[in-house]
Amino acid sequence: MTNGFIHNFMRSSSEIITVSKRATKAAGYSWGVAEEVGKNIDILELIGIAGIENLKSYLRDIQKKTPIGPNAIELQNKIDNECLCPILTGVCLIDDFKKVELLKEINFFNVSYPLLMIPFISKLSFLIGKRVSINIDEHVFRFNLDKYMFSESDVDSLVIEKGKNIKVSTFENDDSFTQEVWDELYALSTDTFVEENEKLKSTAAGAGLEDND
Amino acid sequence: MHKQIKHRDPHDVMTLKRLGSFHQTKLSFLRSFLREFKSWTFKCDLFDLNKQGFGTAVYSVNQDSRTYSLICFANELNDSERSDRVIATKWDAAFVLHDGIPTEKDIQRLKLNVPKQEVGRCSYKELTLSRANKSLRIFNHVVERLSNGVQPDLSLIKKVGYLYRTTAVYGSGKFGLADRYRIKDRKEINGPFRLEMMLVYLVRQFTFDQVNHIAKKNNPKLAVKLDQSIARKLGIGNSTGLGMAPFIINHPSLLHQWIFAKEDALRQIREINKVKESDLNIFKECLQLSKNMISTWKTDSEYQIKKIRELSNDIIKFESEYLSICAADREYLWNHLYKWIDKHLSFEGIEFIISLMMEPYDSIVNPLISKMSSNEDLYFNIPAYKKVSELKNIISTGYRNIIKIDFSKNKQNEKFWFISKNKEEPRLANRFDDEGSELEQPLAIARDIKALYFRLLEVPEDQILSEFLRNNSDLRHVVRRCFIAEKLPYSEIQDNSIGSNLMPIDMLRLKLSFFGAQKFDPRSDKWLRICMYQGAPLMNEISQTNDKWIYS
Repeated sequence: MTNGFIHNFMRSSSEIITVSKRATKAAGYSWGVAEEVGKNIDILELIGIAGIENLKSYLRDIQKKTPIGPNAIELQNKIDNECLCPILTGVCLIDDFKKVELLKEINFFNVSYPLLMIPFISKLSFLIGKRVSINIDEHVFRFNLDKYMFSESDVDSLVIEKGKNIKVSTFENDDSFTQEVWDELYALSTDTFVEENEKLKSTAAGAGLEDND
Repeated sequence: MHKQIKHRDPHDVMTLKRLGSFHQTKLSFLRSFLREFKSWTFKCDLFDLNKQGFGTAVYSVNQDSRTYSLICFANELNDSERSDRVIATKWDAAFVLHDGIPTEKDIQRLKLNVPKQEVGRCSYKELTLSRANKSLRIFNHVVERLSNGVQPDLSLIKKVGYLYRTTAVYGSGKFGLADRYRIKDRKEINGPFRLEMMLVYLVRQFTFDQVNHIAKKNNPKLAVKLDQSIARKLGIGNSTGLGMAPFIINHPSLLHQWIFAKEDALRQIREINKVKESDLNIFKECLQLSKNMISTWKTDSEYQIKKIRELSNDIIKFESEYLSICAADREYLWNHLYKWIDKHLSFEGIEFIISLMMEPYDSIVNPLISKMSSNEDLYFNIPAYKKVSELKNIISTGYRNIIKIDFSKNKQNEKFWFISKNKEEPRLANRFDDEGSELEQPLAIARDIKALYFRLLEVPEDQILSEFLRNNSDLRHVVRRCFIAEKLPYSEIQDNSIGSNLMPIDMLRLKLSFFGAQKFDPRSDKWLRICMYQGAPLMNEISQTNDKWIYS
């Protein structure tokens, strides 16, 4: 609603979720899937990706078409002469997250508006409990649980009509640093400790020196 | 050995007939709001009304560095334009609760938008939005009497109960208002609808100040102020339509938190071994006081008249057949009492007595208040790695009455819920007579659960749900609900929301009882009027509030 006075005020999450959900249902998806999309678009907008714009464009593009998702998650996912639906693909990823974890690296070819998959990847990372990345052609997004997103791309107002090569990868929970680096940081942290003399050894601990059980 | 009482069975509690008989309790949001904010400072910061009472006023609620401000816009309205229906576009007054102290610029911005309500825009700095119409009959009477130096007619005051009726109170991100996540961690907002309750309470004060102001302007020499003891008898009316009904279906985890708080309070009270005489006396005192509320509960609704009659009869029966002869020193008196009312009284009477049983027990009730909110995201994910057999088990136990409903019969399918394009509000229509059922909202939960159950019967027990969902996407919304209900047993109404005998006002009453509303007055099967804060302390006496004001 523009009234010339406060038209720049942002839409609330509640408005974004409700309108996205209804629009998705109106485009032919089930209510249950539309519920997922409503929350996803809010997440995209909160992290600064153009969720509303991507969803609006995608729903407009699929008018009079039946969106197609994968029948099951495989290592390579492709539909001849058609683009995969980012929403149904995303739903498939979170519903089949155990299989995704086993496969470790999955490829999708020709996905419409692939940025709409991003919140599903965030949720996937949370469900698996591991870091997950998604490569959308030259753009890379990494998630650690659903808490953190890193992108090498300038994502503001980015709209991607079609992703040719999409790769979803899961990573083991390994440290990103060496033992030496950790030891060095740990040594620094011990500077907050107090060296105990004999008196402190006998009086400062709860059980003192008399607990010989 | 300490007696262990179980919570009441959700299949018994969550029927619409019982939920539609709920009463306010000590857990109710307007009562917990007053308890939480009684140490805060309430004051009027601006009162810029003309002779007719039109203009702007600002009220604030402050403690330490936190301030909430109600901004009131009172407008001139032709009698022909006044309507309580949601399709109205003008109201006698419009209100917004602002987070902090509004600047002059804020007030000017809000003046252009708040009176327009749904077609205006608010910002994240605003928390709740509302509008209200005068009850002309009583408003004019009060102004006229005060202008002439006399107090209004008490019998009329008691009969109507309010000067203004709100026709909607919006919050949680509607029309640009702040989303709940922005404020949910504030200590004082530890119960649901706190800020909606604050808005209504401040609006009530505005209505008193407005009549006093107009009377004074009408007749500066003779006018008197509305007596505080009379003002206290006035609350704020509210007209509520179908908008509230989908809320309790669309927020299953929140509904569970509300009902569970009540059920857990009841369980704890029934587990008390020795009931103190002083606690029993509080119960008896509230019972006596509440008779006044019942005797002044007026309605033209046959449906409600019958329920009030049942309640009155139940109370007479309870007093004569139980209370007058019960041994006060009996072990587990409350449990014994509960079993008696459960056997002998109607739902109206049972739920009313349960409400009174909570009155002596701040120590049980107060810790439950902060648990009446819900983080719905925690329950959103579907564990699609589970097997079909597990989901089938959840349905056959958690929805055992619902799967007995025969939805092949037209009477069980008669209604459908839709959203009006004109006003974006929920509506209910007849599937067989009206158009639009192809755009039905996902509120026919019982029907869809039954459909899910049938489909599950057709697939292998060990099929993984992710595969089932791929082939049955149309039922994804109820699969999600089943897993919520598995964890939160009071999250689901165990009834048919589209049958021919549905009384939507039962759903409204459920929600309004948790608000703390009284004197439910159905105007049809789809909307009702209520009164809030009748008997509540005034703004200048809130610090001395006694929680039993609700019975005064």
